[in-house]
Amino acid sequence: MIETRGFRILRVFGLAFITLIIVLPLYVVLTTSIKPLKDVRGAFEWIPSEITLAPYLDIWTTVPLGKYFANSLIVTISATILSVSIAILAAYALSRFDFRGARSFRLIVLSTQMFPGILFLLPLFLIFTQLERAVGLQLNGTYLGLIVTYMTFSLPFSIWMLTGFFAAMPKELEEAAMVDGLGRLGALLKVVLPVARPGIIAVSVYCFITSWSEVLFASVLTNSDTRTLSIGLQAYASQTDVYWNQMMAASVVVSIPVLVGFLFAQRHLVAGLSSGAVK
Amino acid sequence: MSAPAQTPPRISEPLKPRDASRAIKRSSIKRDRFFPYALSAPAAFLELLIHIIPMLLGVWIAFLSLTQFSIANWVKAPFVGLQNFTTALDPNGPIGSQFFDALGRTFLFTFLVVAIAWSLGIFAAVLLASKFRSNGFFRTLFLVPYALPSYVTTIAWAFMFNQRDGMVNRFLVEDLGILEEGPFWLLGGNSFFVMVVVAVWQFWPFAFLMLLAALQSIPNEVYEAASLDGASLWKQFTRITLPMIKHANVVLLLMLGLWVFNQFDIPYLLFGPVSPEEATLISPLIYQQSFNNWNFGVGGALSVVLLIALLIVSAFYIRLVMPKGKSIDD
Repeated sequence: MIETRGFRILRVFGLAFITLIIVLPLYVVLTTSIKPLKDVRGAFEWIPSEITLAPYLDIWTTVPLGKYFANSLIVTISATILSVSIAILAAYALSRFDFRGARSFRLIVLSTQMFPGILFLLPLFLIFTQLERAVGLQLNGTYLGLIVTYMTFSLPFSIWMLTGFFAAMPKELEEAAMVDGLGRLGALLKVVLPVARPGIIAVSVYCFITSWSEVLFASVLTNSDTRTLSIGLQAYASQTDVYWNQMMAASVVVSIPVLVGFLFAQRHLVAGLSSGAVK
Repeated sequence: MSAPAQTPPRISEPLKPRDASRAIKRSSIKRDRFFPYALSAPAAFLELLIHIIPMLLGVWIAFLSLTQFSIANWVKAPFVGLQNFTTALDPNGPIGSQFFDALGRTFLFTFLVVAIAWSLGIFAAVLLASKFRSNGFFRTLFLVPYALPSYVTTIAWAFMFNQRDGMVNRFLVEDLGILEEGPFWLLGGNSFFVMVVVAVWQFWPFAFLMLLAALQSIPNEVYEAASLDGASLWKQFTRITLPMIKHANVVLLLMLGLWVFNQFDIPYLLFGPVSPEEATLISPLIYQQSFNNWNFGVGGALSVVLLIALLIVSAFYIRLVMPKGKSIDD
């Protein structure tokens, strides 16, 4: 747009308005997390009567936050590593080879992304129960069940995004490597992956964020031992007597990993997310 | 199968680099045929195990009588034909009427959230499309709601909309004084409104992100020419900006629409497993039928209806992102 004076004025007010909408809830979360308990027992106050960091310490004993945190980390990191590795292989195949079934494979990957989790939840739960009965493999209530589910659910997007990244890289890169005596797999591992690192980081952050925030499957596939942060905090927040200052402190703590990851990979993630729509 | 006969390179000629690379390619032809399959096998296996088979099983259980008693050994649950569908889709029955109400409500919810999120997104994207100081700061700030875990922000909203001592009622009653007494936001008809607010807050940054990328692909010369011709800002927006981002818009609206339509997290986190009647959407209704009323067969039937509807939509979607005979990345 051409910047006229009117546009500049509009921009100042517009940005102020949107900033207010975004910042207001964040302000409430942050200020509540440093309030003493008596401040959250009565009506809401905009400004804390005193500032205390006690909620950030107390929350770890009020709810088993450490356990939830560990559970979320185990599930999320495993799912991310596995999902990204598998996506790299599939995306490489799709971007470099013309093979029979490639199109249907791509179609299935793309279309499963469209369906809501609720369609898969009950059947998956039933398959998991049956596997336990038949072969004794416990998937309901274990890390494994959740990891397998999460890695599959972030696959479609990861494959889609990485296919784009690989396709944009010149083929000569691997051809040269193969002349140098590296095999196909060697060329992928030693030449393609280092070049595609920004894409791989972006996809990893995406997988991490989606798994870290997942609610639906965690609500059915976890038990009291394997509960992740989302379900643990939801259960606490829906009790009748909630220490809201501690709850908000917990919210801040669990947001840090994803927020840092997002800011870190923002540029790549933004490019990857929007590439499908813009072209 | 015999390999096609190849003429060996004559010894008198030295091997040029190009020939060398060709020779390598030829020697790896046989391996290449299986290589892409080997690479895609893990992904295909997972897709099959976690997506395809459950989807087919989901259709199958819609024809079973599946309750908390038969669930443990569901393989032996009795086949009841279309009974679950007649229960689920009977507009006069308790579940059927709930289903059709929820369907209409979910459409309204989707329309409102997408419309508001898109408007906010395009507004912010237009403001930030050109470069100026602190531009990067606002871009990052506007993406924060999208990066935060949805359970964190939704629980925070539930805290703010608390009737007795929430921020919203304090603001409306004490600070502005426009209400005598703070209403209950998470019960009754208001709960639908709260759900819209929370969803818009969480989803609009995604619209902003996509639209900003689309706007940046429009060359500035177009606007320069238009403003020389005396076109107003509004005219430039409706005559240049909107037509030029049409493709991005179609994809964005469809993605966002499906996302909002399938929404489960926000109502679950705001209201718990059972939403207020006035705010029950499709996904939570299926969840409720299955895991709270233990009526898995009916939940399955509702899922199948939803699946068919979404299949139609996604066929349309795939046509858009994957034009005939082309790969998705070109």
